[in-house]
Amino acid sequence: MKRRKLDVAAMPGRTARGLDERFNGATPLRKLLNKVFPDHWSFLLGEIALFSFIILLLTGVFLTFFYEPALTEVIYNGSYAPLRGTPMSAAYASSLNISFDVRGGLIMRQMHHWSALLFMAAIVVHMMRIFFTGAFRKPRETNWIIGSLLFWVGFLAGFTGYSLPDDGLSGTGLRIASAIMLSIPVIGTWVTSAIFDGEFPGTIIISRFFIAHVLLIPALLVALISVHVGLVFTQKHTQWPGPGRTNNNVVGERMFPRYIIKQGGFFMVIFGVIALMGGLFQINPIWYFGPYEAWVVSAASQPDWYVMFLDGSTRLMPAWEIHIPIGDGYVIPPLFWPTVVLPGILVGLAVMYPFLEARRTKDYRSHNLLQRPRDNPSRTGVGAMALTFYIVLTLSGANDVIADKFHISLNAMTWAGRIGLLILPPLAYYITHRICLGLQQHDREVLAHGVETGIIRRLPDGRFVEVHQPLSSGHEELEYAGWVVPKKMNRLGALGPAIRGFFYPIEKPAEAPVSPGHPPVEPLPEREKIGSGDQRS
Amino acid sequence: MSAKIDSPAPREPFDIDDPRLSRFDIVEEGARRDDIEIVHYEPQVVHGSKAERRLTRLVAGLFLLTGAASTAFLIIYIWWPWEYAPGRGGDKFYTPLLGLTLGVSLLAVGFGILIWGKKLLPKEVSIQDRHEGQYDAESGRIAGETMLYMADELGVRRRPLLGISLLAGLVPVTAVAAAPLVGGLISDPHKNNQLATTGFAPVDGQPVRLIREDGRPIRPADISAGGQITVFPGIDHGVSNRHADSPTLLIHLREDDAQRSREANERVGHGDYMWGNYVAFSKICTHAGCPASLYEQQTNRLLCPCHQSQFLITDNAKPVFGPASRRLPQLPIEVDSEGFFVARSDYTEVVGPDFWERP
Repeated sequence: MKRRKLDVAAMPGRTARGLDERFNGATPLRKLLNKVFPDHWSFLLGEIALFSFIILLLTGVFLTFFYEPALTEVIYNGSYAPLRGTPMSAAYASSLNISFDVRGGLIMRQMHHWSALLFMAAIVVHMMRIFFTGAFRKPRETNWIIGSLLFWVGFLAGFTGYSLPDDGLSGTGLRIASAIMLSIPVIGTWVTSAIFDGEFPGTIIISRFFIAHVLLIPALLVALISVHVGLVFTQKHTQWPGPGRTNNNVVGERMFPRYIIKQGGFFMVIFGVIALMGGLFQINPIWYFGPYEAWVVSAASQPDWYVMFLDGSTRLMPAWEIHIPIGDGYVIPPLFWPTVVLPGILVGLAVMYPFLEARRTKDYRSHNLLQRPRDNPSRTGVGAMALTFYIVLTLSGANDVIADKFHISLNAMTWAGRIGLLILPPLAYYITHRICLGLQQHDREVLAHGVETGIIRRLPDGRFVEVHQPLSSGHEELEYAGWVVPKKMNRLGALGPAIRGFFYPIEKPAEAPVSPGHPPVEPLPEREKIGSGDQRS
Repeated sequence: MSAKIDSPAPREPFDIDDPRLSRFDIVEEGARRDDIEIVHYEPQVVHGSKAERRLTRLVAGLFLLTGAASTAFLIIYIWWPWEYAPGRGGDKFYTPLLGLTLGVSLLAVGFGILIWGKKLLPKEVSIQDRHEGQYDAESGRIAGETMLYMADELGVRRRPLLGISLLAGLVPVTAVAAAPLVGGLISDPHKNNQLATTGFAPVDGQPVRLIREDGRPIRPADISAGGQITVFPGIDHGVSNRHADSPTLLIHLREDDAQRSREANERVGHGDYMWGNYVAFSKICTHAGCPASLYEQQTNRLLCPCHQSQFLITDNAKPVFGPASRRLPQLPIEVDSEGFFVARSDYTEVVGPDFWERP
């Protein structure tokens, strides 16, 4: 039998045809390849969260191979000499083993922790970008809600993970969590008892947190993230206003090849940064904290940064206990308000915001063009207000450390936080609102009168005026287009483009752009300098 | 569409077998079929130019750096001494070196790919139409009618019994799904009065001794005036998290502080809880359950480091600052016939964080 010669060049085409005949996938595949993404640096913040999540999954799987989720008491006998012979839980002992007795275990643990911190940070910053540019407006309210939920699911993932090593610090966090559950009116004791199987700490909480941390919560995160990203795909990304950009199109690059290549590179960069942090910056050195013992705590015990705002709200809360004199009497402890009610309000407000804003502005249209923060002063003000609220709470979560380092009275810090929490947010609203209006006014001013040139002219009558470079060639009024207005002469091409090359020019400098119809500007002829007589030679 | 101002004049009909078509023409046609107009497509570097060669060298250099750093990572991973040894040693550099080599390797490949994509690939501007927003009322109505037709087919309206019985059947079924979860997890919080008892509850009528962390009982002479010590119930596993509510602070007050403390105790009906100048309070903060363990001798204040609640010991551990609203419970103590401290009874108030039905 004669063997047919293998035609390598025809292979891709043949494979594609074969696949298409079976799965009918060529057109959907082409549609996927042909998808336009608008490009702007601020659109990549969500990607940081997504990529950190992927790294969390990778490092997390590694950790599960060595971690033992049990509160059984063991005597530590590993490499870390200072703790040898100490009775501790199997969970803590196995966490120490990951750090000291598993080759490369410590870097994996630290990368896992750093990427969790980065995940939450990216979510917060991404959420701010969405908020301040109005990207949550119709038709994207659903994705805004999913995003807000992702913060809280991530929060839970972080907290359960933080509790697993069962070191002194995480046990204290768990103790506070049990107190928070206890504080819920009517059902508090039942909830706590159900979760801890009796009184704190019980013997089963670590295995329950483990399955929540490695299966239930990640599954929920994967599901929510899939819907989140899927909706971005089907609804198409928002874009900034600009030349040719309308509410009904997307101007940018096709997904393949350039956009996806940049994404791949960006992922590797994030991965690299996390690897550097995991290797070079120590995080959560559990061996210093010792095993959790209910009677031991150290000063400056702070949770991870994304929990600090709740810690702060707990510290600032006045000791208001509510008694309900029915029967034997019932109590609502002060802990209930800052740790259960406040998060509830925060979730509710965040989820409702798109609808509240649409109602207030009576704007029910679809928006695919973003707004600059200055163009919606009240929304930007509300955002600044929320951010200030959050920052005051987060700083208050570290008020003992601030008091210690800056030699301020601790009680003064608490009072400053209490007063600041009430006064600073409205102040932030007012200031932000004014700044937005000022920026708007300046944009309009430049559009009407042109860019300041820095050239001062003396008029015949002795007045001095600055020469402005009008932005329009004619005398027609320029309309504000919702995008950056050039405010410096450099932006108008008054300077030639920079010469490329680091140590030496790699290309001939391009000609400075000149207006069409005008000859290139000749340099002024050399003129003799005018100075005082003694400088002449 | 206003955005398509740049689009050229109408093209001739597309024929894929036309030999004059370049591959880019086919790509462009495919894009057009997906409502994408490639309006600008321009190579960023001239083929064979100095700039192109420089960029190529840069990207290749970065990829080679990745290879070198990864190899270094593997060498360090295998041969660097990594096992923990006390003191300063090479093992302390194991994790930083791994991080450095891994980080450099990943950053190099990342930046290599980024430069490749950003600088060597042609720049383009494409415009794609969005179709959502142009809501098609007719097809929406067709979908609605289809669903209504399905409901008609089922005939729930004509046969109401089916609907009602289905509902009556489904509600218990959902409860069945929830029952094992709720039923399995639920556990009576008031079993054995566990929220109100600690390890200091007398065992068979015998008072429980106060012991140190190492298990030894305590004599009054063991604590000097102004000193304090954390004590535990002298029972099995008394010094463990099994009795997380029991850790107690035993304080030997100075004479004048003791006097003030005694008067404060009288006021709340705890006149006989002290023994001499010794007083014992629960160490578990009544706010969130952290150990309130920072004792300031000068002011007799006990501070909880978690949320900065402060308790004035000489005023029956009254909360004087911070979010705690309840006094630290006091343990009634005395000295037994052998001269060791014992708890006369269990705490008479609930120890630890507050809850709804606290008596």
